[in-house]
Amino acid sequence: MTAMRRLLPGRLLPAYAFLYVVFLYLPVIFLPIFSINTAATPKFPLSGFTLKWYHDLPRTPALLDATWNSLVVGVSASILSTVLGILAARSITRYRYPGRRAINGLIMAPLVLPEIIVAISLLLVILQLGLSLSLFTVVLGHVLVCVPYSMTVLTAGFEGFDRSLEEASADLGESAFGTFRRVTLPMVAPAIISSLLVCFTISLDEFLIAFFLTGTEATLPIYIWGQLRFAAKLPGVLALGTLLLVASFLLMTIAEILRRRAARRTQNEGGLHA
Amino acid sequence: MPERPQIERSMIEIRNVTRSYGSFKALDDASLTIREGEFFSLLGPSGCGKTTLLRMIAGFDNPTSGSISVDGQPMEGIPANRRPTNMVFQSYAIFPHLNVEQNVAYGLKRLKLAGTEERRRVEEALAQVSLTGLGKRLATELSGGQRQRVALARALVMRPKVLLLDEPLSALDKKLREQMQVELRRLQQAVGITFVLVTHDQYEALAMSDRIAVMFGGMIAQVASPKEIYQRPVNRQVADFLGGMNFVKAEIVEENGASLVLDTLGFGRVKTDKPKAFVRNGAAATLGIRPERLRVLWDDATAKFEVAGKVVERHYFGEITHLIVEIPGLEKPLSVTETNDFGADDIPVGTTIRLAYDPEALVAMAD
Repeated sequence: MTAMRRLLPGRLLPAYAFLYVVFLYLPVIFLPIFSINTAATPKFPLSGFTLKWYHDLPRTPALLDATWNSLVVGVSASILSTVLGILAARSITRYRYPGRRAINGLIMAPLVLPEIIVAISLLLVILQLGLSLSLFTVVLGHVLVCVPYSMTVLTAGFEGFDRSLEEASADLGESAFGTFRRVTLPMVAPAIISSLLVCFTISLDEFLIAFFLTGTEATLPIYIWGQLRFAAKLPGVLALGTLLLVASFLLMTIAEILRRRAARRTQNEGGLHA
Repeated sequence: MPERPQIERSMIEIRNVTRSYGSFKALDDASLTIREGEFFSLLGPSGCGKTTLLRMIAGFDNPTSGSISVDGQPMEGIPANRRPTNMVFQSYAIFPHLNVEQNVAYGLKRLKLAGTEERRRVEEALAQVSLTGLGKRLATELSGGQRQRVALARALVMRPKVLLLDEPLSALDKKLREQMQVELRRLQQAVGITFVLVTHDQYEALAMSDRIAVMFGGMIAQVASPKEIYQRPVNRQVADFLGGMNFVKAEIVEENGASLVLDTLGFGRVKTDKPKAFVRNGAAATLGIRPERLRVLWDDATAKFEVAGKVVERHYFGEITHLIVEIPGLEKPLSVTETNDFGADDIPVGTTIRLAYDPEALVAMAD
């Protein structure tokens, strides 16, 4: 009995972990596989290797428009969210005031709210305000969902930032702006870039809010959704999806590396080993 | 001893400075003069207002009322970056994204010196703190002691009129701390800049300072030389903070110009110097004597002034032994520290011993 008990978790745990990972990532792996298959329908066995679907992508004007729209929305939303995130993270990490935790919670809330509810509510508000739906309204929606991520990344970068560093700079004759430029900015720059990348990635992939809040202009996820109605367009969508996947993966990896570097930089200050 | 030339010009004038946070007064009507070229320490327990005062001199905080001037210039409205002071922070505050040289040159960049002049001053500052050759190191690659030196060099390179040091040695281990005390003192004498040190370590203050201000609860209790602070504390609080002190109840029999006559149990009638800031509060006073100023009398040795009592405790500390001796008539037993050269570590508990003292070592304190 005791031997069994010792063996079971020992053997089953790795198997469970393996299955879990396969279930998570298998669909993701199918995407690139079928995107280089000659057949238009995604099924095994594969019929042959081709880069035709990738080749066709730049020749689709609607796709190019959607890509451009996504870039515009992504860049705008990431800059706006990061600026707001910097202000919020600075206030949360630097000052102590009543309601600090509550405000932090409210800013983070969109992370757990059902996105479709958020999207519908935003649509109602925007229509009530008399704004017409456009890429601008999509940017507003994306800022709402991006700020919590931006905050998380920036808070990690700002926390442990030794305030005496800024005082030391002032003490050595530097002005407030000079201190920001020569001390604060270089130290939190990795966190800021990381936040920009994370927000851009989220905006790039975001479908629901963009779908509800855009006018006639499609972003990439909306374009993809539209293409799914035509079976013949599926391989092209798979190719596009693969590219998006790779881009997201790269951006997030860079963002994570920068975030860790920022955290290390601010936290190794004041090491007391003599 | 040759007298120092008396050209003592004042460098920092603190006049009736109060700093309140709501109803709490971190500093309460403090006045102080710090002289040019002296090593001055603000000594006191945490929360006594010493750091608040230092930060107000640096310009990181402002008095609620009162005034501070440095080198004859009122500091009101002058921000930290335009004051002739530089600070060594408790955490050192070394810029982690810059190397040692860049840290030291940080403040010089604003002065727009010629490249060679800047290099020369950085090299000179690094040499002053014995860091020559480590200029290219990153802050993360330095030990605590080295970071401390970088912080010093970075401040000294600015050639401030006043160098402010906020508990600069508290993060170092004991041995390094003692070594740095000697070095800091030597450095201060070499550069001749006024140093203002904040510390809660009485030995640090005694070892390094020309003068010390002892602070409690936002108020300055005594300003004097280390020797005077130690030997002639103005009250029990100061006496207690600066090492061990035996307190004996006393009654004032006679008070005149410079001396006091006190009646005590145990020590009898004693005539002592009247402390400078002695403020009489009825007839009651306290007589103090440091444990090391009581000496054990061996065998038949006699002294002009002695008390006898029974040893009730004995604690061994290597080079010294700490005896607790009950004296008839005293409400509290006396602490006695005796070097172990003559065998104080072998005195059995319960023995009656005689203790010699010098009446000069007795200090009267207001109650």
